[in-house]
Amino acid sequence: MSNLPDATRQGVEPLDRMEPAEVVQPSRWRSIWDADVTWSFRHSPVAVVAAVVTLAMILSAIFAPWIATTNPFDPASLNLMNGFSRPGVPNAFTGESFWLGTDDQGRDVWSTILYGLRISLFVGFMAVLFALVLGVLLGLLAGYVGGWVETIIMRVADVQLTFPSILVALLIFGVARGVIPIEYRDQMAIWVLIVAIGLSDWVQFARVVRGATLVEKNKEYVQAARLIGRKPGAIMLKHILPNVLSPVLVIATISLALAIIAEATLSFLGVGAPPTQPSLGTLIRIGQDFLFSGEWWILFFPALTLLALALSVNLLGDWLRDALNPRLR
Amino acid sequence: MLAYIIRRVFQSVIVLLAVGLVAFSMFRFVGDPIENLLGQERTVQDVERLREALGLNDPFAVQYARFLGRAVTGDFGISYRQSRPVSQIIAERAPATLELAFVSGVLALTVGIGLGVFTAIRRDGWAANIIMSVSLIGVSLPTFLIGILLIYLFGVQLRWLPTFGRGDVVDLGWWTTGFLTSSGLKSLILPSITLGLFQMTLIMRLVRSEMLEVLRQDYIRFARARGLSAKSVNFRHALKNTMVPVITVTGLQLGAIIAFAIITETVFQWPGVGLLFINAVQFVDIPVMAAYLMLISVMFVMINLLVDILYVWVDPRLRIDGRHT
Repeated sequence: MSNLPDATRQGVEPLDRMEPAEVVQPSRWRSIWDADVTWSFRHSPVAVVAAVVTLAMILSAIFAPWIATTNPFDPASLNLMNGFSRPGVPNAFTGESFWLGTDDQGRDVWSTILYGLRISLFVGFMAVLFALVLGVLLGLLAGYVGGWVETIIMRVADVQLTFPSILVALLIFGVARGVIPIEYRDQMAIWVLIVAIGLSDWVQFARVVRGATLVEKNKEYVQAARLIGRKPGAIMLKHILPNVLSPVLVIATISLALAIIAEATLSFLGVGAPPTQPSLGTLIRIGQDFLFSGEWWILFFPALTLLALALSVNLLGDWLRDALNPRLR
Repeated sequence: MLAYIIRRVFQSVIVLLAVGLVAFSMFRFVGDPIENLLGQERTVQDVERLREALGLNDPFAVQYARFLGRAVTGDFGISYRQSRPVSQIIAERAPATLELAFVSGVLALTVGIGLGVFTAIRRDGWAANIIMSVSLIGVSLPTFLIGILLIYLFGVQLRWLPTFGRGDVVDLGWWTTGFLTSSGLKSLILPSITLGLFQMTLIMRLVRSEMLEVLRQDYIRFARARGLSAKSVNFRHALKNTMVPVITVTGLQLGAIIAFAIITETVFQWPGVGLLFINAVQFVDIPVMAAYLMLISVMFVMINLLVDILYVWVDPRLRIDGRHT
């Protein structure tokens, strides 16, 4: 995975060169566009399956407290005697049965996965949101204002792009740990993770939005808005932004897959979500310790969940890119 | 050409200065260096003396210049955690990472190009189709899961290969190598596959699509019509012309291999620089983090520079364009 940023960067590339959509009446164009996308969605079995899997995961993450059989964070509900139960086999001491087994402390793997999914998805969504807001604003600013503002923003973007995003995230995480007092580190870990992944990922958004803004800002509607005296901020947010959103949507989807994997990788490396709030990556890290002694299920099921999630979001992003790319129609 | 190179070198230096500023700011403002160097038992005089000795009372620019001056000579200060010079620690760890990266790179390049050519020539064969489908899975698997999978398969189940550490290494004085012992070589296999797999699939898919593009060209058809052997057409005419994008991607991926060694080294407990960096992040060992950042950026900037120069050298069309502009 973690290697994925570069692959996607390549995949995303054509967007930079995307031609602006033909000028028709906005409202009608919008409805045709919607219909087009729904049509291509219905005719792509891969996209449908990916969407169903993704939706199922998001729903089970949201409703985790109701679906999970136990609350893995509540020590009172745990019974150490249940430790290392095999999936589906009744425990030798207590006779209780867990369909995905339990870990060393008797936590039900099914429940930890649901709660882990919650944290993974939360971090993923928030990180992408952070990167999106930052990247889109900086991209609009660079494209619309130009001059030294553009030079500085795009230079920083270029330099950051030379480094793999996982490295950037690690550095930000390390620095944040140094700044935050020890007693708050675990509490803040999730937010630090979000900021670290978000900051490592804004460049894609900024580059694409800047490119699209450069095209849009010379169009008549922007000239007109300027003529009637609208302020630059309003022109950027109310006029240009809605017209550059479709590539942003594609990048956001692909970024979500990358962010989920980045979070899992950081947590796996031991610098992400703390053991008190385990994400899927943390669960895999914990499970790795038991691989050699034969308790494969502690690692296997969280890993499978992560894989299914990342793969479906990725496939959705791929499909969305093709569906929204006018050159492929 | 020369003007182009000079401009690129100049840009690289600016980038390095900027990264240096980031590294220095980390060093100077994250945590208190005095706090980290002096223990609990200290007097106000001690603090003041050390502050003066370390030059922490000087203006920011002077301190930054001094930091850069030291960094150029390889002096990155003393690790907070191990109380030894950072340069010494990194020098000990570097051979492990470089050997791993080297083997992975060679693996990715040879197997990647080989499979790429194969899948392009036998485009519709069943073997090529299987390889392409498997490579799709390879791209979506996170690196650490690939590592765990290999450990489980070849280490736990089959017990063929060691799953952690470098095995026996031979100390050459300034370099420790795992190439000279059988356990060292065996230990290299799983980590280098883990590290190189993604780059391998990337190069393979790139070579394949470029080859398919080139094989459609008229000069290939002409070469075939002239009665040249398939081997000669495929390798001397077609493959040669796919090399420009391959060089770019490989060059950029070389940096990625070194950076992603962090993950592979953690999975396999490989005693390299990446593991050192992860431990530094966990324990907020700022001098080690700053040194790693500087080293990696020098490496990345150098690779980018070389790729750009190589690019112009390989593709004569760019040379002519360069002269005009």
